[in-house]
Amino acid sequence: MIDVNKIRKDFPILRKKVNGQNLIYFDNAATSQKPSKVINSISEYYFNYNANIHRGVHFLSQEATDQYELSRKKIQKHFNISKLNEIIFTSGTTHGINIVASGYSSILRKGDEIIVSALEHHSNIVPWQMLCERTGSVLRVIPIKMEGSLDINAFHKILNGKTKLVVVNHVSNALGLINPIKDIIDMAHKFGSKVLIDGAQSAAHFKTDIQLLDIDFYVTSAHKLCGPTGVGFLYGKELLLNEIPPFQGGGEMISDVTFQKTTYADLPHKFEAGTPNISGGIAFGFALDYLNEIGLENIANYENELLKYCTNKLNEIDDIEIYGNSKNKIAVISFNVKGIHAYDIGSILDKLGIAVRTGQHCAQPIMDFYQIPGTVRVSFSFYNTKKEIDIFILGLEKAIKMLR
Amino acid sequence: MTINELQNEIIEEFSFFENWMERYEHLIELGKSLPLIDLKNKTDDNIIKGCQSKVWMFAELKKNKLKFTADSDAIITKGIIALLIRVFSNQHPKDILDSEIDFIDRIGLKEHLSPSRANGMVSMIKQIKMYAIAFQTQLN
Repeated sequence: MIDVNKIRKDFPILRKKVNGQNLIYFDNAATSQKPSKVINSISEYYFNYNANIHRGVHFLSQEATDQYELSRKKIQKHFNISKLNEIIFTSGTTHGINIVASGYSSILRKGDEIIVSALEHHSNIVPWQMLCERTGSVLRVIPIKMEGSLDINAFHKILNGKTKLVVVNHVSNALGLINPIKDIIDMAHKFGSKVLIDGAQSAAHFKTDIQLLDIDFYVTSAHKLCGPTGVGFLYGKELLLNEIPPFQGGGEMISDVTFQKTTYADLPHKFEAGTPNISGGIAFGFALDYLNEIGLENIANYENELLKYCTNKLNEIDDIEIYGNSKNKIAVISFNVKGIHAYDIGSILDKLGIAVRTGQHCAQPIMDFYQIPGTVRVSFSFYNTKKEIDIFILGLEKAIKMLR
Repeated sequence: MTINELQNEIIEEFSFFENWMERYEHLIELGKSLPLIDLKNKTDDNIIKGCQSKVWMFAELKKNKLKFTADSDAIITKGIIALLIRVFSNQHPKDILDSEIDFIDRIGLKEHLSPSRANGMVSMIKQIKMYAIAFQTQLN
């Protein structure tokens, strides 16, 4: 059970007024708000133990290193990862994807194939297109069905011995649908292909057991799960991470440097060139602590209630079309009102202090599939309430009246 | 009327509204009454990139003055276009290039200038000035 009134007190920003109204924040899929505990952990680091990590022999550096490495351990536990050195701190999901895409330049050969899904965020499409251009590999796409879910039969048909990598998000950012990644991973492994899972949209809403699912590569961002922006992690199986070359050269990622030859450091440092986002990495750990105190299962149950409540309310309004209808869905609703542009609705809701997302959600192929210019997307978090949904519905009705 | 006189006229017109709703209702009305763009000019070539809603804009030179027609699939955007066309249409390209546009902010619509709106209005003004540069070169 969730005591939402108590939880809301943990998020200072929720007291804010926007355009004279109480802020209603329904853009959680873009980024979540941060609890005081996470915000304070950042200033705590700068106030009390700011130092560069992994190098200094002095006290402060030790303390900072310990805290930073403690976060790695928290990630390991939370995502059930076998070895600590399989966790690479990144600047976020996009960075993680690019490390793998860049590394695969030296593995893929002309004619090899990469499969992406039609539900991907641009950040999980473009790096693979660039990789194909560099290597002469071919990009293939898992199509979606009308209700928005992946066409698994079609996936089965495009899988073959030349498939080297399958990349798919755990949850679609535009529609909120949960993809059957266990099935996808098992099928891909039968063909000897590796699988990269983009967990940017899922990690805040339910637990992911990386070993149980037998995921080869996994990426996510801290800022989607109550942590700060500019930090995330890449998981890769040790064997696979050892196979790919470093992404960036610099300090920290080397073991021996001469002008004749440089040897690289072991994992994870081989991929962690330069001074990292230390405060961000530490705060990431605090964010995981916070989520675990509430409990991901409690979060999922509560958010699911909000999803049902809002979906029912929306369905009572005339001319609403919701995209992505599936039982396996996180608390995201992507919709349009017939004859009204999403941008217009978003603009009016903004004046009412309600933050929603409008547009293509960095997933143009999905919008092209439905032949729409974009959608209005509301995405909930465990600090949102049914009362906020009521106000949103009233606001939406007002917007429709104004715009008709 | 000069560009500045037109800006002042719009500022005065909007000063009668007491709150954002009245301002937006007026904007929506302006959007609905925007004259239609000639279908032959509503082409992909005339789409302004960088707007969340689709915007088509066409310009032609008549008697040394620029005439703009435009359209959008979003009604609030159309309202903004209507304002921009009122200010910039039937003006000499040089006057357009020399103009400073501040009426948007002063009529309480500055949120539409924000980069988080995917630069909708900023892109439109930029496009208008690009047309002005192109036609100014022709006149010279």
